[in-house]
Amino acid sequence: MQNLDAIVIEASSAFAATSNPDELEQVKARYLGKTGQITELLKGLGKLPPEGKKTAGAAINRTKEAVEAALNARREAIKLAALEARLAEEALDVTLPGRGENRGGLHPVTRTLERIEGLFRSIGFEVADGPEIEDDFHNFTALNTPDDHPARSMHDTFYLQDESGKVAEGILLRTHTSPIQVRYMQQHVAKYKHLETMPEIRVIAPGRVYRVDSDATHSPMFHQVEGLWIGENVSFADLKGVVADFLRRFFESDDLQVRFRPSFFPFTEPSAEIDVAFMSGTLKGRWLEIAGCGMVHPNVLRHVGIDPEKYIGFAFGMGPDRLTMLRYGVNDLRLFFDGDLRFLRQFV
Amino acid sequence: MKFSESWLRTFVNPTLSGEEFSHLLTMAGLEVEEEETVAPPFNDVVVAQVLEVSKHPDADRLNVCRVDIGDGSPKQIVCGAPNVAAGLKVPCALVGAELPGNFIIKLAKVRGIESSGMLCSAKELGIAEDASGLLVLPTDAPVGQGIRDYLDLNDRLLTLKLTPNRADCLSLTGIAREVSALTGTPARYIEIAEVPVTINATREIVLDAPQACPRYCGRVVTGLNAKAPTPEWMKRRIERSGIRAISSLVDITNYVMLELGQPLHAFDNAKLSGAIHARMANPGEKLLLLNEQIISVDPDVLMIADEQKPLAMAGIMGGEESGITLETSDLFLESAYFAPTTIAGRARRYGFGSDASHRFERGVDFGATRQAIERATQLILEICGGQAGPLVEASADLPQRQPVRLRVARVAKVLGVQFSAAQVAELFDRLALPFVRDGEDFLVTPPSYRFDIEIEEDLIEEVARLYGYDNIPAPAPHGSLAMMPQTESARSLSRIRQVLAAGGYQEVVNYAFVEEAWEADFAANAAPIRLANPIASQMCVMRSNLFGGLIANLGTNLKRKQGRVRVFETGRCFLRDTAAGSATSPVDGFRQPWRLAGLAYGGTLPEQWGSTTRNVDFFDVKGDLEALLAPHVALFEKVAHPALHPGRSAQIVLDGTVIGVIGELHPQWVQKYELPLPPVVFELDLEALKRAELPQYAEVSRFPPVVRDLAIVVDQNVVLQALLDGLSAHRESLVQDIRLFDVYTGKGIESGKKSLAFRIVMQDTQRTLQDAEVDAAMQHLVAYLQSAFAAQLRV
Repeated sequence: MQNLDAIVIEASSAFAATSNPDELEQVKARYLGKTGQITELLKGLGKLPPEGKKTAGAAINRTKEAVEAALNARREAIKLAALEARLAEEALDVTLPGRGENRGGLHPVTRTLERIEGLFRSIGFEVADGPEIEDDFHNFTALNTPDDHPARSMHDTFYLQDESGKVAEGILLRTHTSPIQVRYMQQHVAKYKHLETMPEIRVIAPGRVYRVDSDATHSPMFHQVEGLWIGENVSFADLKGVVADFLRRFFESDDLQVRFRPSFFPFTEPSAEIDVAFMSGTLKGRWLEIAGCGMVHPNVLRHVGIDPEKYIGFAFGMGPDRLTMLRYGVNDLRLFFDGDLRFLRQFV
Repeated sequence: MKFSESWLRTFVNPTLSGEEFSHLLTMAGLEVEEEETVAPPFNDVVVAQVLEVSKHPDADRLNVCRVDIGDGSPKQIVCGAPNVAAGLKVPCALVGAELPGNFIIKLAKVRGIESSGMLCSAKELGIAEDASGLLVLPTDAPVGQGIRDYLDLNDRLLTLKLTPNRADCLSLTGIAREVSALTGTPARYIEIAEVPVTINATREIVLDAPQACPRYCGRVVTGLNAKAPTPEWMKRRIERSGIRAISSLVDITNYVMLELGQPLHAFDNAKLSGAIHARMANPGEKLLLLNEQIISVDPDVLMIADEQKPLAMAGIMGGEESGITLETSDLFLESAYFAPTTIAGRARRYGFGSDASHRFERGVDFGATRQAIERATQLILEICGGQAGPLVEASADLPQRQPVRLRVARVAKVLGVQFSAAQVAELFDRLALPFVRDGEDFLVTPPSYRFDIEIEEDLIEEVARLYGYDNIPAPAPHGSLAMMPQTESARSLSRIRQVLAAGGYQEVVNYAFVEEAWEADFAANAAPIRLANPIASQMCVMRSNLFGGLIANLGTNLKRKQGRVRVFETGRCFLRDTAAGSATSPVDGFRQPWRLAGLAYGGTLPEQWGSTTRNVDFFDVKGDLEALLAPHVALFEKVAHPALHPGRSAQIVLDGTVIGVIGELHPQWVQKYELPLPPVVFELDLEALKRAELPQYAEVSRFPPVVRDLAIVVDQNVVLQALLDGLSAHRESLVQDIRLFDVYTGKGIESGKKSLAFRIVMQDTQRTLQDAEVDAAMQHLVAYLQSAFAAQLRV
């Protein structure tokens, strides 16, 4: 029976010497094929006496099982090696860039305007829009800006020509977004005139505005956003609360210092200028003028048909361009209007 | 308004540091815009007198001086200044002194001679640029006194950015009044007495325009010496207030203006004839002004004139001919009140302004006209000598100050802080606002120097200002929590921008005023809306479309070596429109629609290892727009547009309305604007893009679809849209979708023809389709194509 163990050892080493499935199947035939050694041994059982047949048969079967086990182990090993070879072959340089890189983005001032709109929407402000070619009434008169106010001079305001080439009477490019508020208030009053008490007005008005001015800190076209809250009980304290809260949320800085100091605008009384100071960063500790505001002047309310005894409220105005510059550290206003992709892509 | 802090502190001197003082003013609405020091820090420099000067034995240019520094033991100091001389009083830096620039004075030997100190020039002290010699001090300078004290070099110069309503603070007296109110520190104002009248000379004054000039005071002063020097203290104060010292008479009028806020004018009395008139300008009147400008005066300008000629633009600028000179011995002094509306805007109209017009157009205290002329006369007599004639005043109806009512409850309503009547009374007292009580209310009569108190809110602002804006709380806002409407049948501008940005386009913002050529080239607009006062010729007309800016952006970026450019802008365009105002054009005569425009240029993708790229074409951008418009499906129809290639442009039609255009830039503009390749541009009406509909569910079939392909050959000039429209109209209901998947011309296709291949999807929601009905539906389509387009089946 010793030659049976030898067959197992010989078969195992013969299997191990193969390197692919075809070779392995050929070697397998030498042991388990129709004329293979083990098959021959099994065939030879018939010639044995009955008493020896049983033990010899069991021994041959054990041998056959051992050879089959060795065969299967080798099959698995070859399959695994083949898989590994294929994986190695298919490996990529994963550091190559992805395909189709193709990003656009929003203008930095748009980012700011969207933030402003979002913050004010969160406390119930609507967003209003209005014409950029405006009339004198909405831009000045309704805003309590008398005829001889310096803001009306040719030095600040862009005027248009009529078709005959003369200065068009009473037509201009809006110098601020306040006329949007005037129009909004007029519409609001008309819409709710059937009610004893009109609903509150809470609105912000962003947009492009125009002034005759151009240098590193002034552009003849720039952005403004105005806010307005009119109700039966809206006070200067509320103005401070809303604007200070906004500025801290906008700059995501709870320790931002905000101060209000007396100022003058024809359309508000009392009026204030708003300064902020950052507690960290390159501008740390400096007061920066950021907005103007005040309680809406009774004459402005009267002009749009609101009774200033019954309703009261505040307005504020600020420059999104400046807010953008402060927020992202941009140091030249002109970059916003230059269309330079190397600049604009930084805000993607 | 620029002024010297130390001058102000002669009126009111609160115990505040310089920094606290500036903060106080700023927080009261008198914003300190600029703070300057008069001199940089230095110490141990005293007034010294040079006793003797002798030549340095070993140096030609040096002198050895004996100098009295006031301590009783004269010092030996070597000095190289050319103007050193015995008897001069000059600043001397003592041993141990530290001068600007960390320059420390030590006991030293200069070419072998011991020198214990240094005599200084103005430059060495950092107070002026003059380095030509020693700073020579007046002969009465007290030897030994610190030079900082003697020259008041610890002074600070403050510039206030005053708002136009606070004309009352355009003088030292006014600022002092404000500081006193804010701090409670009592102020000492200049005491003004009537000067002794010693002669009878007068001039009659006639108010021909009493509304424009309701008060005019005049006085003749004779026998004065116009060459008398201005005292140092006065010169220093006016110069530190930013006004150049000129001559004693001019300086005195400026000094009184700074002190009291009343602009004065001095005429040479010898050059006047007869009565003085305050009248409106005569037609065609001309005047040579002190600034050597000859102006033709409009009839709405108030003039000061004598019986023969105009003398001055009242409250703005005097005339050259009647002005004082150093030879003047008799003068006529004017102190008047001109109404702000009479002065406002006039100076600007002629392209200049003056300290006087700045004050008059904002409002000058009409209660102090006489005091100012008395004060000026007093100073003239003191400095220039002479004899004063009687003060002549002509008056008409001066402005009336109406009492303004303040309700205490209204203060709380406006400010959000409760105030008691006693608190309000105390604040008004501090402001010296005279009031009487009417029940709970206050009736306040504003003083003649306040031009900004007309309504209750003005008084409330005064209360808030004095109480301190900082002290008003800033609570979180309260309001109703009603939800805001949020419509789903419109999409926001923000959403639209995001879609484009995600598609690779970068947003830009361009000026709304553009070059005239852009309007001609890109809009064929020969009559653009012109600015009356453009800032530059390339920004002179309003844009009627957005293309020009985008094409300029392309040029800018190509210059900066950016070879692939995709940009978009949303903004208003401006068109003349004779239709009356409406919701979309609220300003008569103009339409101002919002538009969205974009431009694509260069590769479809950035240069990359893994993708082949090619130059962007019409259909790339059309695809971007289809994505932007989805789920709406727009029609693209061939169109002629001045900016675009006539064979490669289309108008975009949605629900029967043209909402925009798309196309390749016209080759002539590609050439003119020096572009290497034609960009593809588009412009859409933003309102149309904002439209959205609620999605409506349609049943999804559970039965299998049948897909058949159909290839046909048609004439080259058959337009796909016509074919699709026809198929759509003639299909059987089981045909769900007809999609073009191939266009082919070339080998195997007759020239002048093209092959189109469609994939046709058929399905029913209720049952599985039978081959026979599918075949019939296909046959129906083929028959239609054959008859309508002479299509041949391609096998």
